[in-house]
Amino acid sequence: MTQRLALFTQALAVVVAAVAIAIAPGMIEIFTLMQITLFASMAVLSLSLAFIWGFGGILSFGQTAFFGLGGYAYAVAAINFQDSTQAIMLAVIVPALFSAILGYFAFYGRISDVYLGVITLTVTLILFNVINSTSGDEYRIGEAMLGGFNGIPAVPTFNMPFDPESPLSPEQSWWATAGTLLLVYLGLRALLASPFGRVIVAVRENEVRASLLGYDPRVVKLMTFILGGAIAGLAGALYVNWGAFVGPTIFSLSLSAEIIIWITVGGLGTLLGPIIGCILIEYIVAGIGSQQTLNSNLVLGSVLVFFVLLIPKGIVPTIRDIATGLLARIGRGHGDATPATMPQTAGVK
Amino acid sequence: MDIYVILLLDVINGASSLFLICLGLAIIFGMMKIINLAHGEFIMLGAYATVISANNGVNIWIAMLVVAPLFVGLVGLVIERCLIRFLYGRLVDSMLATWGLSLLIIGIVTTIFGNTIQGVPTPLGGFSIGAYRSSYYTLFLLLMAVLMMAAIYVVMRYTRLGLIARATMQNPGMANTLGVNPSTVYMGTFAAGAAVTGLAGGLLAPVSGITPVMGGAYVAKAFITVVGGGAAILSGTLSSASLFGALNQVGAYLTTPVFGEVIVFTAAIILIRLLPQGISGRFFKGNL
Repeated sequence: MTQRLALFTQALAVVVAAVAIAIAPGMIEIFTLMQITLFASMAVLSLSLAFIWGFGGILSFGQTAFFGLGGYAYAVAAINFQDSTQAIMLAVIVPALFSAILGYFAFYGRISDVYLGVITLTVTLILFNVINSTSGDEYRIGEAMLGGFNGIPAVPTFNMPFDPESPLSPEQSWWATAGTLLLVYLGLRALLASPFGRVIVAVRENEVRASLLGYDPRVVKLMTFILGGAIAGLAGALYVNWGAFVGPTIFSLSLSAEIIIWITVGGLGTLLGPIIGCILIEYIVAGIGSQQTLNSNLVLGSVLVFFVLLIPKGIVPTIRDIATGLLARIGRGHGDATPATMPQTAGVK
Repeated sequence: MDIYVILLLDVINGASSLFLICLGLAIIFGMMKIINLAHGEFIMLGAYATVISANNGVNIWIAMLVVAPLFVGLVGLVIERCLIRFLYGRLVDSMLATWGLSLLIIGIVTTIFGNTIQGVPTPLGGFSIGAYRSSYYTLFLLLMAVLMMAAIYVVMRYTRLGLIARATMQNPGMANTLGVNPSTVYMGTFAAGAAVTGLAGGLLAPVSGITPVMGGAYVAKAFITVVGGGAAILSGTLSSASLFGALNQVGAYLTTPVFGEVIVFTAAIILIRLLPQGISGRFFKGNL
């Protein structure tokens, strides 16, 4: 009964979200629309880490490496092909390949979670330095100049699939970005509900037990990591489409930190939490950018320390726990035979 | 011929600065299993302490060798009491909290001092080898690295303090029943690691660009070196710092400084794949 109710509520929420995405451009100003388009592309990035960290147990401090590679792959391909269709595909394929190589060394070397965090962080810094040093004519891929610190300006934005003549309007861009966010969310939910998704979570819970049951944790983690890299690359393409620009700061340490903060604030082990955390934090960061007194590093650092020390579970799980507790208390108050431990609604993630 | 002497000096310089940068991290990580992502900011604080005291008339040597380690050691002490002590045994949380801390420190320093600060000149002057010039400061860094190594070895191996520290790291419960308070030992170890890091920051202040975000340049190198070195503080850090420092300088000489770093990093990933326990886990098991 509760299960069905939960499923129904969630289906309803998805429909509401889809309708909201569809009618949003008519309801709000173009500036706000652009801003929430940016937030939606960032939210896709947060989903990629929410998936591999929250469900795969892989702590990647360098998800921006894949985000940035996706962005650069998109920019270079879009300039060369003058058509965003292949460019978006490349923006998914290049980071996926890169994460496959990196993941192979990490998971087949059986290095611990902590070392993986360090390695991914280092990769991001190295990529930042490499891209930063690519100014000058000799660093070009086809038509695209990498441009070093200045980045690549005037990147062609999304167009209708296989139709370079008709670029997307800001409204259509919003639909594409927010629609991608919704699809990635639903796709990950479906994956996690599938047998393979359960294996992913099993490996996170206990690697030894999962391998005794016949699953190879290395393969499972590698698959999870590659999927995370692909999603981050897609987010990179969406991000570049938003600004028509990509520069080395896409690999910056502060963005890597922001992703971690989104998830810590929103709630590790959920998919909805990181989206909420992302939008909340990016909204605050945008607010800080428009004034001079407070430094954004100061605020972000305080938020992260505060949450790790005092609300380590994050917003969404904390609210869920409180709500479950209240429900249980109400149930007992009415003298129902509800067991003290509420059946975990598997859906609320 | 001269170019090879210079290259050798560069390698020595690279390895000894890397060793100095990593030592504090290796102490904190090797003994307490805390990954301190604010390590780069401790270096930055050491450099700022040196530069600010030197610009205010303090002798440069005192600023580097006394003010920087004392100041950063004190900061480390405060941070351990206010933040780190709640996070022992929660490895991932300690990484997240120290990352937050690193952003916080960058934010505070930027707010107080702005984005740039006047540097200090490199002391000791230089000398010539054939057509090339080098600085005595390079040799001074080597001397400091050797001195630090010797000091830590002697303290850990031959003093009562070192014995208590090693015992607590091996078995906190047992040390506790024998009358040692582990909490105090952890506090002291973290402060000592911070002080050593501050010293590194002070020593690097004359030869590096000083900005609030300078820590980012060191933190990655320091981490791959400590991870590559493995659990043994001295032998592990020394071997991996020499290996990566040499690779970095030779790679930079043959290509560009940036690709020198790429070479080091690639080598580090392959090394970790081959020796997941680090160099010392394979070759110097049980050493200090």
